[in-house]
Amino acid sequence: MSFGGRMATFLVLLAIVVGLVVFSVVTFLTPQPATVDFTGAQTSGSPVNLTVQTVGAIGFGDHPTWVSYMVKDPSGAWVHSTVWKVPAHTRINVTIDQYDSGSPLRNQQWGLVQGTTGGIASLNAKPFRVFDSYSGNGVGHTFSIPTLGISVPLIGVDGNAKAFCNSAAPCSVSATHNVISFSFTTPGPGEYPWQCFVPCGLGFLFGNGGPMSTVNYMGGFLDVAA
Amino acid sequence: MSTETADPTSKPATEPRHLLRIFLIWLVISAILDPLFYFLVGPHVPPGRMTSTAEENQFDFNILFIIALPVLIGVWTYLGYSIVMWRSGRKGVPEPVGGEAARGNMSVQVGWIAITSFIVLFLAGFGTFELISTNGAGGGEGPNPIWKPTGAHILPVQVIGQQWKFTYRYPTFGGFESQQLILPAGTEIAFHVTSLDVIHSFWAYQLSVKADANPQVDNVAFTKTRQSGSFTVRCSELCGLWHGAMYNYGKVVSKQAFVSWARATQAVTARNTKLLPAFAWTYVPDANGADGGYYPDNVVPYSPSEVYGAKQPAS
Repeated sequence: MSFGGRMATFLVLLAIVVGLVVFSVVTFLTPQPATVDFTGAQTSGSPVNLTVQTVGAIGFGDHPTWVSYMVKDPSGAWVHSTVWKVPAHTRINVTIDQYDSGSPLRNQQWGLVQGTTGGIASLNAKPFRVFDSYSGNGVGHTFSIPTLGISVPLIGVDGNAKAFCNSAAPCSVSATHNVISFSFTTPGPGEYPWQCFVPCGLGFLFGNGGPMSTVNYMGGFLDVAA
Repeated sequence: MSTETADPTSKPATEPRHLLRIFLIWLVISAILDPLFYFLVGPHVPPGRMTSTAEENQFDFNILFIIALPVLIGVWTYLGYSIVMWRSGRKGVPEPVGGEAARGNMSVQVGWIAITSFIVLFLAGFGTFELISTNGAGGGEGPNPIWKPTGAHILPVQVIGQQWKFTYRYPTFGGFESQQLILPAGTEIAFHVTSLDVIHSFWAYQLSVKADANPQVDNVAFTKTRQSGSFTVRCSELCGLWHGAMYNYGKVVSKQAFVSWARATQAVTARNTKLLPAFAWTYVPDANGADGGYYPDNVVPYSPSEVYGAKQPAS
């Protein structure tokens, strides 16, 4: 092969390799869910109200069967995002509508309410500090920010209930659900990962793959801004 | 262009004793830098002196360094001396290839091999001695440790790895479990490290303790706390999406403060502790995750015998 031919082959192969690298980075590494910003809609120092729902299957997107979180943005619209921007040193009032069924926890430690204001949460307006995951319908998920020591069990609903949410998210308030409420105060600025401690990645070994290992499903970031 | 070349067979009338010069330069530099490092830098070398294993590991690092430093200085001294004394522009320097100067020096070669062999063999012995004398140097020794502390009072702390957080159980305080790792000062600690899912690695940096967390394995590591203070715990085994966030900060506090904390936590978590499985050295991870039955092992879901804590230690 002539020198020109070899150069052309080399350049084509190089272009293919560069293209694959760029494609991989753009497709798999850089996409992040849109950040839902709660810093602009509140007056300085006033609490932020964070309303979230957990659904057994998101019903749309690349993984419609995956369990996921939805969040209500400051305008009141439900958004599929697990990256939330909140102000520092501010009380966050969290309300979680839990539409998914539950099971006993792999580690009952996550049945303990931890790191919230007063070390307490409420289930359908009844306060609780510990939930026995072997009772009732078990625990569906947890909302946990490990680096802040915050964890709250999200109590499961009856998976066989007539009004169990089987539609695409967001679930309607008429569907069977539990309301879990609690508050916590944000620390200084930083990016704090949050996750679920129920291995709810169905179909994946140990339940920790799939939605448990993908941002925008069962984990995300609390982006605490100054 | 110059036509002058050095005669390879030519030799200066009075050849200096190069080896002696190099040795003396090396000796002076080493004699200055080694003590400077040991006494000025040494006390600040990681991982510090918070525990017996940290202190011993710091000592080991310092010994390794003060042995390695003269070797480094020897090589650099020889290099520097060669550049200065045998550079081509210098008069009377023989050609680099051929001639008497390129034949080698038997005493230098034998000396180099002997000294470096001695250093390597000494360090092998020293490392083994230090590993034994410090009860495993803070490393996980598996479920049946060979080297154990002889003290009568050893506080067992169970470290449970799970995706993606370490939690800690205190069997001597009713087996309560906590997200916090608090330790008393001046106490022998036995860390019993295990996992509920994949392989993690418990690395308490300033304590100089590092042990893999394997499911159904009780990996034991020992240390003795010396000073109060904070330390960092990190997972050092790539374990999934939030591996990078799998860290926490622990504290070594006074014995009195520790007992107060432990009793208070025991009381606060009492209701949850009753729901935890009885304390065991290892646990059977529940492969089902949530809503069992979707998983290949067909383990009966919700069965208490298949979830965390089911397997009790053989008594």
